[in-house]
Amino acid sequence: MFKKVKTWGPALALISPTLVLLAVFVYALIAENVRISMTNQHTARPSSDFVGMENYFRLFGDADFQHALRNLLLLTVVFLAGTLIFGFLWAWILERPAFGEGFFRSVYLFPMAVSFIASGVVWRWLLSSLQTDQSGGERTTGLNRLLDSVGLGFLQNSWWSDPNWGIAAIAVPAIWQLSGYVMALFLAGFRGIPEELREAARIDGCSEWKLYRYVIFPQLSPVMLSAVIIIGHMSLKLFDLIRAIVPDANTYDIQVPATMMWVKYIGSDYADSAAIGTIMLVLVALVVVPYLVYTSRQEKR
Amino acid sequence: MRRIAMLASVAAAGLLLSACGGGSAVEDANPSEASGSVGVFTWWADGSEKVGLDALVDIFSEQYPDVKFDNLAVAGGAGSQAKSVLAANLKSGNPPDSFQAHAGAELQDYIAADQLEDLTSFYEDAKLNEAFPKDLLDRLTVDGKIYSVPSNIHRANVVWANVDVLKKAGLDPAKPAADLDAWFADMDKIKESGTTPLAVAGTWTQVQLFENILLATLGAEGYNGLWDGTTDWAGADVTKAIENYKKALSYTNSDRDTLSDWGPATQLVEDGAAAYNVMGDWAEAKFSQDGKKPGEDYVYFPTPGTDGVFDFLADSFTLPKGAPNPDGSKAWLTTISSVDGQQAFNAAKGSVPARTDVPADKFGEYQKSAIEDFSSDTIVSSLAHGAAVPVAWLNELSTAVSKFGGPQDVAALQDSAASIAEKFQQ
Repeated sequence: MFKKVKTWGPALALISPTLVLLAVFVYALIAENVRISMTNQHTARPSSDFVGMENYFRLFGDADFQHALRNLLLLTVVFLAGTLIFGFLWAWILERPAFGEGFFRSVYLFPMAVSFIASGVVWRWLLSSLQTDQSGGERTTGLNRLLDSVGLGFLQNSWWSDPNWGIAAIAVPAIWQLSGYVMALFLAGFRGIPEELREAARIDGCSEWKLYRYVIFPQLSPVMLSAVIIIGHMSLKLFDLIRAIVPDANTYDIQVPATMMWVKYIGSDYADSAAIGTIMLVLVALVVVPYLVYTSRQEKR
Repeated sequence: MRRIAMLASVAAAGLLLSACGGGSAVEDANPSEASGSVGVFTWWADGSEKVGLDALVDIFSEQYPDVKFDNLAVAGGAGSQAKSVLAANLKSGNPPDSFQAHAGAELQDYIAADQLEDLTSFYEDAKLNEAFPKDLLDRLTVDGKIYSVPSNIHRANVVWANVDVLKKAGLDPAKPAADLDAWFADMDKIKESGTTPLAVAGTWTQVQLFENILLATLGAEGYNGLWDGTTDWAGADVTKAIENYKKALSYTNSDRDTLSDWGPATQLVEDGAAAYNVMGDWAEAKFSQDGKKPGEDYVYFPTPGTDGVFDFLADSFTLPKGAPNPDGSKAWLTTISSVDGQQAFNAAKGSVPARTDVPADKFGEYQKSAIEDFSSDTIVSSLAHGAAVPVAWLNELSTAVSKFGGPQDVAALQDSAASIAEKFQQ
C-alpha cells in the first residue's frame, strides 16, 4: 500500500495545484455558466428561477441568432479558406531554395505579432464603407480610395456594412494576420519530409506535379488538420477583431454569437448571454475534441 | 467634547438604523470629513466631455483640498463601453466611489440589482430639493426615493446645420423647416446642390435619429406613450414614423456605420461635407471649441416637428453600495450639485445646469436659449440615452434599428419594436 503511494504520490502532489485551479477556474465556472443559462435572469433584477432549456430553444428559433450563426459559418469558411490558401502558397514558394527566404518568412509572420485590437483600429479605417461614386464620395478613404486610384474602382464595396456578406469582410484582416502562421506550419511540414524521398521519386521518373501529388501532399495532411483546427477554433471565438473594427457593438450586419453574447451581457440579459456562451463552448468542443481524440490515438500507435 | 458629540450622533444614527431596519451606515458619511482618494467612474474620456470633467475636478480640489480625485474614465460608444466595465465591477463587488449614469430609466437596473444607496437624506442635507426643478426631481424619483445627483441636462432633439451648405442650396439658415415634410423638401434641395443632406454615425446615433423622428411624428404625448404602453407600437402612427425614418435615412451618408462615434458625424457638418446633423447639444461644445461661430458658421434648431418639446437626458452621479470611501463620494456629490460645480462643468461641456439658481450670464448663446427652453417646454425622456427605457429594452431596440439600416423593412422594424415593447412592459 505504502509502496503504491510512493509511486503515484509525488506525481499527484505535483499536478494537484493545477488540477484544483482548473477545477475551480475552468470547470466550476463552466458549470456556473450553464446554470445561469437555465434561469430566467433576463434583467438586472435578481431572479433565478429554473427554466430548463427554454432559453436555448428560444435562441435557436430567434431570427437574429440564426443570422449570427449563419454569419459565424460564413466567417469560418472564408477565414479558413483564405489562411489555408495563402499560407500554403507562401510556404510552397519559400520551400524552394529561393533568394531571401529568411527575410520573407519574417515578413509574412510579423502580422501575427500584432494584436487584433491594434490591427483592427487600422482595418476600421481601411474598410471604410464610403465609395467614390456615392454622395460625399470625395471623403472616401482606405481600401476603396486605393482601389479607385489604381483604376480598380469597380471593386469598391461597402465591406462589412452589408447584412448578408459583410462578415466576410471581417475575414480579410483575419486572413492577413494569420496566413503567416499557417505558412510557418506548412513550412515545418515541408521541412519534415526527408530529401531522400524526393530524390527517390525523381529517380523513379516522377514528374514535379506527381511528386507533390503523391509524395509531399499526403505527408502534409496532419499539418493541414492542425491548421484547420487552430484557425477554425479561433474563428469560432473571434470577438476582439470585430469589436475593434466595428464601432458599435449593436451593429446587426456583423453579429456573430460572440458579439451577441456581449450585447446581451451589457443589456443585463445574463441568462441569454450565458446560453450563447454555452453554445459557443459546444461549437468549439465539436471542433477540438475529435482532434484531441485523433491525436491521442496517433500517439498511442 | 467633539468626540462625545460624534459618538452620540453615531449611536443615535445606529438607533435610527435599527429602527428603520433597511437604512445604511452610508447615511452618516460626512463630506466635510472626507479624505483619501475618490474614484469616480465616467465615460468622459475625451473632447468637450473631458474638458468639462477637468473643470469640475478643479472646483472639487478647491472645495476639498484633502481629497485626491481618481479618474476612472472609460472611453467609447456613448458610454456603452464604460457601462460594461462598470457592470462587471459592480457584479464583482468592487464599486467605484461614484459612477456616472443617465438619469431616468437607466438607473432602474442598478436600483433593481440593489447596487445604489438611497440619496434622499443627502438631498435634504444639501437642500437640493429646492435647487432642482420639480419636473427633473419627478424623473429622478423612484418609489419615493432618489438615487442620483444630476450634474447637467442635455437636449437630444437639436439639429445642427452648416450655414454655407444651406446657402449654397438656396435655403435660409435663419428659417428652419417647420415640420418633417418641409425638412425633407429642404434636404432634397441640398441633395441637388451636391452635398450629403444629413450626417449620422453608428448605431446609437441612428437610434437617436429614430427617436427624433418618432417624437416629430407622434408628438410628445404619443412619444411618451410608447414607453408606458398608452401608444400602440403596432399602430398606423408608428408605421408613418418608421416610413419617415426610412426617408430620413435615405438622405444620410452611406458610411454611417463606419463612423466611430458622434464626433465624426458632427465633423461632417462642421466641414461642410453634410448639411444637417441631429445630435444632442454636446455638439455645441465641439463647435465652439473648434472656433466656429453660431449664426455665421453653424445654426441650430429643434428637430423640425419637435419645437416646444425638450427631449431631455441628464448625466447624474450615484453612490454605489459598498463604495470604499463614502465620505469622499458625498464630497464629490456635493461639488457636483453646488452652484460653482454646475457652472464650471456646464460652461465647459456645453450643457444646461440642473440647478435653477446658477447665473446664466456665464453661459454661451446656445446654452442661454436651452436654459430658457428647459423651463418652458414640454419635457420628454430620451430613448437613445437611457432616460426613457431600461438598458435591456434600449439594447434590443438598438439592434432592431441597426438591422433596419440594411434591408429597410418597415414592417419588420415595427414588428420587432412592438414585440420588444410587449416583453418589457409587463
